[in-house]
This record gives sequence, C-alpha cells and structure tokens, in this order.
Amino acid sequence: MRFSNVGTVYRKELLDQLRDRRTIFSMVVIPIVLFPLMTIGFGMLAARMVERARQQGASVMLLGAEHAPALAERIRSTEGIRIVPVESDYKEQISDKKIRVALQIPPGFEAGLRGNHEAPTVKILHYAGEIRSQFALRTLQKVLGDYRDEVVEERLRAASLSPEMLEPFKSEEENVAPPEKVGGAVLGGLIPYFIIILTLTGAAYPAIDLTAGEKERGTIETILASPVSRVELVVGKFLMVVTASLTTSILAIASFAATFLIAGQQFSASMNRPGTKGMAFVISGKAIAAVFFMVLPLAVLFSGALLAIALLAKSYKEAQSYIQPLIIVAILPAIVALLPGVELNSKLALVPVLNVSLVSKEILTGNYPWGLIALIFGSSSLYAAAALFVAVRAFQRESVLFRT
Amino acid sequence: MIEAQELTKTFRDRKRGEIHAVDRVSFRCQPGQVYGLLGANGAGKTTTLRMLATILQPTGGTAKVAGFDVVEQPERVRASVGFLSTATALYARLTARETVEYFGRLNGLSGGPLRQRIDELFWLLEIGEFADRRCDKLSTGMKQKVSIARTLVHDPPVMIFDEPTVGLDVMTARTIVGFIRDCRTRGKTVIFSTHVMSEAEKLCDTIGIIHNGRLLAEGTLAELRQRAGIADLEDIFVHTVEAA
Repeated sequence: MRFSNVGTVYRKELLDQLRDRRTIFSMVVIPIVLFPLMTIGFGMLAARMVERARQQGASVMLLGAEHAPALAERIRSTEGIRIVPVESDYKEQISDKKIRVALQIPPGFEAGLRGNHEAPTVKILHYAGEIRSQFALRTLQKVLGDYRDEVVEERLRAASLSPEMLEPFKSEEENVAPPEKVGGAVLGGLIPYFIIILTLTGAAYPAIDLTAGEKERGTIETILASPVSRVELVVGKFLMVVTASLTTSILAIASFAATFLIAGQQFSASMNRPGTKGMAFVISGKAIAAVFFMVLPLAVLFSGALLAIALLAKSYKEAQSYIQPLIIVAILPAIVALLPGVELNSKLALVPVLNVSLVSKEILTGNYPWGLIALIFGSSSLYAAAALFVAVRAFQRESVLFRT
Repeated sequence: MIEAQELTKTFRDRKRGEIHAVDRVSFRCQPGQVYGLLGANGAGKTTTLRMLATILQPTGGTAKVAGFDVVEQPERVRASVGFLSTATALYARLTARETVEYFGRLNGLSGGPLRQRIDELFWLLEIGEFADRRCDKLSTGMKQKVSIARTLVHDPPVMIFDEPTVGLDVMTARTIVGFIRDCRTRGKTVIFSTHVMSEAEKLCDTIGIIHNGRLLAEGTLAELRQRAGIADLEDIFVHTVEAA
C-alpha cells in the first residue's frame, strides 16, 4: 500500500465532500444546531405552552355545586380554573377535550361535613393520559386536600385538640449526590444516545456518496482504471468517512457542551425543588474528552460498516434503503442503555454501541470504571477492524463493484 | 504493444448458470496502429477491454500490456494505459484542473512536472477557458476534452477506448476520432471497440470481429474483404457472425 496514493484519494474525497451541500448539512449543520434547538428551543416552546395553558385555565364543570357552596366558591377563586356551565353530556365533553375535568358533589355534602354522618364522596371525572386533564385533576386534588385539612383542623379545635397531634413526626429530604452526578443521572443516558446517532448519520451520507454514488455517476470505472490499488482507494475513502463521522461527533459534543454552559444555569434553577440541595448540571472537560475517546472506535466501526453496505448498492436510493435498517439496528442498543436498571457490566461491555452508550452514561455521572473502559475500547476497536476488513474485501469483489 | 492470449472471462449467474462473456480470445496490437474490436452489444467487447485495463480479472488466459502481465502486474499495466469509455464519467464537483491533477498524482506526477504537463494538455485540447470550472457545469464536448486530458496526463504508451463515441453528437464524436488518429500518429498502441462500421473502416489498421465472446475473424480491412469476397464491412460482419 502506497500512503501517498491513500493521501491523494483522501484529499480528493475531502474536497469533493466539502463542496457537497448534503454532506455539509449532515456533518456540520445538524450536530451544531441539534442540541441548542432541543434544549433552548424546546425549553422555550414548552414554557410558552405551559404559560398559555395557565392563562387559558382548565375548564372545569361543577356538578352539584349547590350541595357545597363553600367548596364551589373556593374552586371558582382558584387560579388556573375556569368554571363552565353544567351540561348533561359532560363525559363526552371530557373525552372530546372540550372540558378538562368535572367534579361531582353528592347531595347533602355540607350536612355530611357537619354531622357525624358517613363521609361524603366527591368524584373527579378526568381523561387519563391527557396532559391538560391531568393538570386540572391535580389542581382540583390540591384544592380538595386543602379544604379537607381545614375541615379536620376545625373539628379538632371543636374537640379542643391540637392539630399537631395529627403530625407525630416530620420528614425532610436532602440530595447528597454532587451536582455533576445529578446532572449526569438526568441527562447522562440521553446525551450519549444523540452523540451515537449523530456519529452514524454524519458518516452515512458520505459513505453512500463515495460508493453507490460513484457507481451511479459512472466514476467508479474511471478511478478503477487508474494505477491506484483497490486497497489504497478503499482506505482513502474510509478515512474520509471516518473524518465525517468524527467531525459530526466533535461538533455534536462541542455544541452539547456549549449548550450546557449557556442553558445549564436555567435548567438548574428550574429543576431545583424546595428541600433539595442544588441540582446543577455540571459537566467536566475530562468527561467530554473521555466520551469522545469512547466514540472514536465507534466512528471507525460505523464508517467501515456503512462503506461495506453502501458499496453493495448500485444507486444512491438503493444504498439508502440498505442503510436505514442499519440505523435502526444501531439505535436499538442506544435506546436499551436509556432503560432503567440496565447497568454496565463485563458482558454488556462486549455489546457494540450499547457498551459505549452505557460507559458514556457512567462517565457523565463522574464514574470512570477503567477496567471496563479498556474492555469497551478494545472490543469496539476489534469490531471496527472487522468492519474495515469487510469493506476492503468488498472493494476487491468484481460482483460487488460491477453489479448490474 | 498488447498481446492477449486465450483471454477468458466466465461469470456465474444464479439464473443463467455459467456465462462465457469472453471465450479464449487471442490477438496482438502493435505500437502506432489502431486495433478495432467490432461486435454487437453483449458480444464481449467491454469485458475484453476491461480485462486489458485490469478493471476485471480474467478467469482464464492472460494478456500483456506494454510488457506487463494483467494478472501479475495490474498496477504497472494501469500506469501504462489510458482508458476512456462513455462509462468513465468525471467527478462533478471537481474542476477540470483538479480532475486532471488528481489522476496525474495517482500516476506518480507532482509539483512542477505535473503543472507543466497539465498546461501543455490544456493548451493542446483548448481547455484553458474552462479549466477552473466545475465538471458538472461543462458541456458534453468540454467533458470529453477533460476526459481525454485525464487519460493522457501520464502520457501512456497504450490507449484503450471502449465505444468512446456512443451517445455523443457529431462534433464531439469527431473530436474523439481525431484524438484516436493523433494517438496512432504519436506511436501509441491503440485498441478500441465499436459497433459502428464506418468508424471501424475509417480508423482501424486491424479489425477483430467478436461475437458471443469469441473472436471470429481478424485482419486488415483488405484481408477481411478478400477472405469473405465481400466489399462492404457491414456485410462482412453479418456474413462472419451468421457463419459461426
């Protein structure tokens, strides 16, 4: 193998790809805009939606309001609740999302509270799974709970008892995990998932263009008639696909880190709950470098596999239909890593993609299981070498290069 | 010089079984001469030429191109050959200059000598005006000129043309025909395939009639006429193919 030829092929492919808008889009634009769009953009959109929902208020129908004037008044004056006139088809209206919930108050509710009768039951009718109906349900539950507490307090006072006797002890909660572990636990699974997907999709277009694209445009015969050997040719092309894959992942990681810096504070503020000890989204430079290091062999594996598969096709469209299932196959292990309870161990460290996803999750939460990291890097490198070998072999088969 | 000996290519097809695309074809092309492979579509012309250019490997026999064996020394063969066909397209996103430069580098040229060679070819082929325009912005005629420059950048002693004028307009086809003549004048060994009788008549010093992968007849136009007792090349071709 002559490295000068590999370099010539690589430089030509790089120049060629940098002039292709589709490559620039998948390799540069997507990884840069994805994270800011997802976090800042989606966050702003979500905030606007919540605000709009709050302003509009949840439409609530009170059935039998006359049986509980005090409770009905309390509900009417609750912020975020809009009372609508009573109609008989309230169940359909809830199902059709015309109103969010209905509250059924039984006859004799007030009397039931005062006397020693059996406790009356109020019923909230809602739409399970429908977000705004669930918001209204929770608001009503809170109003009912507060009202119940007041009634209990009144009863205790009437019996000359202290309300404190209902609370024999207090409970508190405190987060003891350091901020980076909290942030990692919340986003640690999701971020590697996106980086892995981008490492694959960033390589997909150039891999197709450099193989099936060459066949479709009729340049494959031109290059095969030149003195460059097929091994030099495939290695030059492979290096270009790896470059695209790594550029995509580097930009994705950089964009993710920048988004973290800018939006992290906002997140921390919005995620902090009273009684918790600061939930900050902190991510260290060491963690970013380690994640990138783990993505390296994965980029090589994806590039080799994509080249070998795309080469089988004789047109761009055909190659796309071959590569789509590969994307699903690659995404599945990344999704498995998001499931609760799937923890990194020496067996899972051998499963491609899943291993990198799981170890990145660990790294982002501040854990560095060095033995497993070495095992994952080693096994991923081995898979990567196998993929490259398959791609080189495919380039030497006439039936693949000249499929008609 | 090209010397093919019992050159054979067999493909295996799941439905059709074994296909003898080229069947024990032997011929010889001398420097300063044009050898024409005349045959219908699917006769085995392209496969033969692809084997000579080492794009395909023969399954039997061998060939020597410029003194190098196509099986043993494929890279040396490719360095001695300029291969042009209607299937050898150009990289759309590269300019004419970048294209020729790329192939020059793959042929071991660089720096001053490469620049000098490109300038020379661009002047000769009148490419200068569109040298820095991307290939996808060039007309068919301009593209053909760039393709010619691409095949000549390393000044190969052997030229292989696979149906180089198919689908081209009259003016562009004339450029190619002129180029082939020029190659002969400069002492290059030229082999080209065609199914256009007039082209073969105009250009070839020796004509080989190929059909179903087999070389049925070979000789100068005068020899073929004499052997068949027919004057018209098309009639000679039909007569030879039907007799096989």
